[in-house]
Amino acid sequence: MIKLDKISKAYETDGVETPVLFDVDLKIDSGEFVAIMGPSGSGKSTLMQILGFLDRPSTGKYFFDGKDTASFSDDELASLRNARLGFIFQSFNLLPRTTVLENVKLPLQYSPTTKEKDKDGLANEALKSVGLGHRINFFSNQLSGGEKQRVAIARALVLKPEVIFADEPTGNLDSKSGSQVMEILDQLNTQGHTIILVTHESNTARFAQRIIAISDGQIVKDERVVGKKQYAGELK
Amino acid sequence: MNYLVTVTTALRVLKSNKSRTFLTMLGIVIGIAAVIVIISVGAGAQSLIFNQISSVGSNLIGIMPGYSDESGPPASVLGVAVTTLKNDDGLALKKINGVVAVTSYTRGIASVQWQNQKIDATFVGTTAEYPQVEEADTLWGDFFSSTNDKGISRVVVLGFQVWQDLFGDQNPVGESVKIKGESFRVVGVINKKGVQGFENKDTLIFIPLETTQKILLGISHVSLIRVKVVDDQKVSEVLEQCRQILRERHNITGSKPDDFSARAAKQALDVLSQITNALRFFLAGIAAVSLLVGGVGIMNIMLIAVNERTKEIGLRKSIGATKRNIQKQFLIEAVILTVIGGFLGIVVGLAFSGLVAIVANYLGYEWQWVVTIPSILLAVGFSGAVGIVFGWYPARQAANLEPITALRHE
Repeated sequence: MIKLDKISKAYETDGVETPVLFDVDLKIDSGEFVAIMGPSGSGKSTLMQILGFLDRPSTGKYFFDGKDTASFSDDELASLRNARLGFIFQSFNLLPRTTVLENVKLPLQYSPTTKEKDKDGLANEALKSVGLGHRINFFSNQLSGGEKQRVAIARALVLKPEVIFADEPTGNLDSKSGSQVMEILDQLNTQGHTIILVTHESNTARFAQRIIAISDGQIVKDERVVGKKQYAGELK
Repeated sequence: MNYLVTVTTALRVLKSNKSRTFLTMLGIVIGIAAVIVIISVGAGAQSLIFNQISSVGSNLIGIMPGYSDESGPPASVLGVAVTTLKNDDGLALKKINGVVAVTSYTRGIASVQWQNQKIDATFVGTTAEYPQVEEADTLWGDFFSSTNDKGISRVVVLGFQVWQDLFGDQNPVGESVKIKGESFRVVGVINKKGVQGFENKDTLIFIPLETTQKILLGISHVSLIRVKVVDDQKVSEVLEQCRQILRERHNITGSKPDDFSARAAKQALDVLSQITNALRFFLAGIAAVSLLVGGVGIMNIMLIAVNERTKEIGLRKSIGATKRNIQKQFLIEAVILTVIGGFLGIVVGLAFSGLVAIVANYLGYEWQWVVTIPSILLAVGFSGAVGIVFGWYPARQAANLEPITALRHE
């Protein structure tokens, strides 16, 4: 479903070009659980942002569902991010002073196909699936880190997207909340969602079926993991 | 996303960050209120000045000692004592056809004492025709008569405030007061008149002219003669005759300048309307500056508020908001803020300018509370436009960023 063809990305600050990704070729199929790993500054986050249409590549081609995304308009990209992709960030990015329910309903606000009367139900359902059905009227800033990230997951999956991107989702969490979050992602993968995870912790990466190692803007290793459930058990 | 949903969403966003909403709105409220208050206070001051001068009466001619040209002030205003003008000059002017009454004035300050009460008051030496010229009537007793004028009588008529300060509510007629140590009999009290020509008439006391000249001041000249003309139309004709008679009496011939200044109050009004016009331009300038300052204030607070929310814009884009969604949201928020802020601004502006009017009236000035619709429209229109543009434009800029660039914004 995702195919990258010689993708490069360079940032320009004050006229100085800083290359981040070089000629990355990559294919990810529907239903995969992929972990992109690498040290900080390796370009792993940039790669995920390009995959998730949060950023555009400098050169190269990106095919999503077989279509060249270079031709997509801003509005098409917005609707793609809304309906088919979900994002989970390291720093949660919840709206402060806003209830858990409102936070989860946020993507529904931009979904033209969702009826007004169905919105509360969808958000409740998503919150229940991450075990936060009892927290809907809390303000986002009253929650613990682990709960915040679960709200963020509920927000990411409320429109049942095909691909869920998670950028260091456990980076700001203690190990217990971290493994809770990873279990939820694992579950979502079992339900058929494609998960693309960026992390530098190998413990977290072990939930994935496939690990892509990236260093200095290039893929240095791409391998399938066998018996991943076993590792997950170890983590617990 | 229809407009109703957008509006309720916007209201929820504004409610969820009350302090930011409050500060932003405060900027708009102050910007709009300041402009309304400044324009209103300016118009009030203008009306006050105009009323003060016109309350003196437009059918009066004033004659002061010393020459002046038409545009400058008489010499006496500059503190030069010119002694050429006498009461007899005034009496001579009475013969002119069209003159209703003439009175002369001297002035001084003296302490006035009744029993244990003692105050300082301005005394005015004048003649029995004063009430006719200045349209004054008495609350107690009567103004002194022409017999008093001639007999150097020690009688006094009190202004309203002086009476209250000395006697409370008591009838003072027949009582004896000490002025500069001399005994005077109170014959009357003048009704409350308030401030006219920038002078509070209620704090004056009135004594026959010759009495002030001979007993209190030791002079023989007068500082002002006022001539009341039967109607406005005859003023310039009478003025010319006054000049002729006075020149004759003072033996001024040929091209020699007058040793007095005769002016119609109307002339003063014309000069005044020039002054108030200048004042109007000055106030328009101040209003423009306050509009600009208010506008810059609103602009800054909007820029800060939107800048602070760049991250939120990034998040909204990352979960599927289009540029239009973001623009619409911020536009509607800015409109709501501006509408509510504008309304409050009008209320605050009206209240404040009303308060100024109330205080000024309480202090005895005839201050009109003037608020014009154009001033409100100007204030609200300009500030509103600034608020909306600077609430929407930076949001539009942020919406044009790649989602991740906006998200990373700190």
